[in-house]
Amino acid sequence: MLKQCEGSHAVAEAVALCRPEVICAYPISPQTHIVEGIGEMVKSGELKDCEFINVESEFAAMSVAIGSSATGARTYTATASQGLLYMVEAVYNASGLGLPIVMTVANRAIGAPINIWNDHSDSLSQRDCGWIQLFAETNQEALDLHIQAFKLAEELSLPVMVCMDGFILTHAYERVDMPTQEQVDAFLPPYEPRQVLDVNEPVSIGAMVGPEAFMEVRYLAHAKQMQALDLIPQLAQEFKAVFGRESGGLIRTYRTEDAETIVIAMGSVLGTIKDTVDEMREAGHKIGVLGITSFRPFPLVEVAAALKNCKRFVVLEKSLAVGIGGIVATNVRMAVTGMGLRGYTVVAGLGGRAITMKSLTGLFEKAGRDELDLVNFLDLDWKVVNKQLEREREKRRTGPAAEAMLRDVGAVAARNY
Amino acid sequence: MSALQTVKFYQTGTFTVGNRLLAQEDRSVQANMQRTNSLNSGHRACQGCGEALGARYAIDAAMNATNRQLIAANATGCLEVFSTPYPETSWQIPWIHSLFGNTAAVATGIAAAIKVKKQKGQGQDVRVVAQGGDGGTTDIGFGCLSGMFERNDDVLYICYDNGGYMNTGVQRSSATPSAARTATTMPLGPEPGNPFGQGKFVPAIAMAHEIPYVATATVADLRDLENKVTKAMSLRGARYIHILVPCPLGWGTASQDTIKMARLAKETGIFPVFEAEFGEVKSALAIRRPLPVEDYLRPQKRFAHLFGKNPAVATIARIQAQADKNIRRYGLLSKEAA
Repeated sequence: MLKQCEGSHAVAEAVALCRPEVICAYPISPQTHIVEGIGEMVKSGELKDCEFINVESEFAAMSVAIGSSATGARTYTATASQGLLYMVEAVYNASGLGLPIVMTVANRAIGAPINIWNDHSDSLSQRDCGWIQLFAETNQEALDLHIQAFKLAEELSLPVMVCMDGFILTHAYERVDMPTQEQVDAFLPPYEPRQVLDVNEPVSIGAMVGPEAFMEVRYLAHAKQMQALDLIPQLAQEFKAVFGRESGGLIRTYRTEDAETIVIAMGSVLGTIKDTVDEMREAGHKIGVLGITSFRPFPLVEVAAALKNCKRFVVLEKSLAVGIGGIVATNVRMAVTGMGLRGYTVVAGLGGRAITMKSLTGLFEKAGRDELDLVNFLDLDWKVVNKQLEREREKRRTGPAAEAMLRDVGAVAARNY
Repeated sequence: MSALQTVKFYQTGTFTVGNRLLAQEDRSVQANMQRTNSLNSGHRACQGCGEALGARYAIDAAMNATNRQLIAANATGCLEVFSTPYPETSWQIPWIHSLFGNTAAVATGIAAAIKVKKQKGQGQDVRVVAQGGDGGTTDIGFGCLSGMFERNDDVLYICYDNGGYMNTGVQRSSATPSAARTATTMPLGPEPGNPFGQGKFVPAIAMAHEIPYVATATVADLRDLENKVTKAMSLRGARYIHILVPCPLGWGTASQDTIKMARLAKETGIFPVFEAEFGEVKSALAIRRPLPVEDYLRPQKRFAHLFGKNPAVATIARIQAQADKNIRRYGLLSKEAA
């Protein structure tokens, strides 16, 4: 059924259609509307047989999820930013134990400085935590990915993070096609756990493992993610058969056939990039787009195949690997090892900095002329940066840097990004 | 029980009624041939480990009280490490270890899952116990514990308190007693022991949450411990039992003195044994034969610095004052002793 609703609400409804049995809720922007939405459905009786637990922290949220998932209940929670970092120990534990929890990450920057706006620093900081990470491009895809995520998680007995851009998607009102309960039931069978705390068949879960088996147990986690490389496209096919639309998969290409330059990105910024590419195509530029939906597992083979005929690639990412440059770019470079491609990293949109078509056009034109640096920062205000660096050269006690730089920038309303 | 109490058959030198003198139904769970040995033999605990004893007593009693419908969540720590050296496990019940600081929350999740399954007609009425040492309870696990309490989740949390981080080599926790020496109390002041005026007594904090049931116990009083676990399992909502479990390694006591040390802790008043309902103390285990704290302190190497050539009389007096305060606060003196 087509409806106009907020991204968070769409996800809440989709999660409810998956018949979750335990929901852990702890508020953090911009994720809050999702669990609030599910809470309303629990209250109204629309979502039956579901325990809604208000926990005291994100660490507790993931820990409650671990307990309920290990007891055989389909379990969901959502978080963002600092919340994800606060639960990290339990995040690793959930994947280490192989518990198929599904969690939305409403992508948001990590402080300090504290910032509530969108970038991908939070979930990308968890790239090695053992969770599958899927990135949604639109609200429709966010909705669809949640339905696929439960099936994927439970097939593999691995947790899945569905990442959607905070505010840009979570708070945007868009048209979505909301599936029916019958459709979701046809796609997603009831949860049959691989391991469960059962009084009739007692097991110990979480025993200590020494050097004699630790590597093998850890390798199994990797092997499962490799299985996910096959399962993710397969589920996307099954999804299409039931719901009639393309959603999910490992990667998606756009106008890459004869492209000399291919721009790689994740999440909602792909929309802006595609619009920019359409305009540049009209102006004669041979440029295309590669969207990565599955960041973990990382589809090395598929990315290499998508890039095999281009001359250069530009990874535009909303994350910064401080001290080296890009996170997504580093992964892409591994995929294209030995292919002799020129590759550029562009760090963009940190902390909600707008990524405009105008800036992208300039950036991609420069890329086409191979005038980019190895690592680039889109729309960085060098004046502000240099002024602070200059201050720090001049004297020792310059005070807190962020506050000094804010003073230099002046009132936000006075600037037009 | 009442008829038997008038008879008063006590074991020599103690105030404990002998098992063999009781009717079958009044005997302790441990004395029962059908006891579950939930924490089975063969684990790697030290000789004389109070925690291993306490855990077996408590979980066997909980199994007995729930007709064996029990799941346990366990914090990281001695109990977890010594009970599950891969690929062996001593646990005869469904058991999960997740992390050091999240056991109460994991138990909340288990209870929630059980509730939903039951609601859906897919599962039995299974009960949940969470357990951890004092570090995993009063320090790192305290946030999750308090959250579980205030939500009144249907979980019995059992803390096995040996007064420090023994698994990592005897470091200070917020349950380490005043003046007790640990590896990390040395840098805290001029004295090697734990400073006075620090630490917390979590049973009192649990009571402040006004949860249905809070109790303390020691491994010296088996029947009292079992009764408290049994009572806790007859109730719903958040329940907390704090069990004093002497640690020969960390306390520097002889392995065969574990029970004796626990009894001395209770008889001196340094560890009050009581139970509370909805924030109010309902009963206390009486001190029958009051003893000075010195009797409790002297056998322990962690207090050895108080008893050198120049005994730390003032320090011992401060510890005695703590015991006296417990005796007043919880009404610990029996009529015959008073």
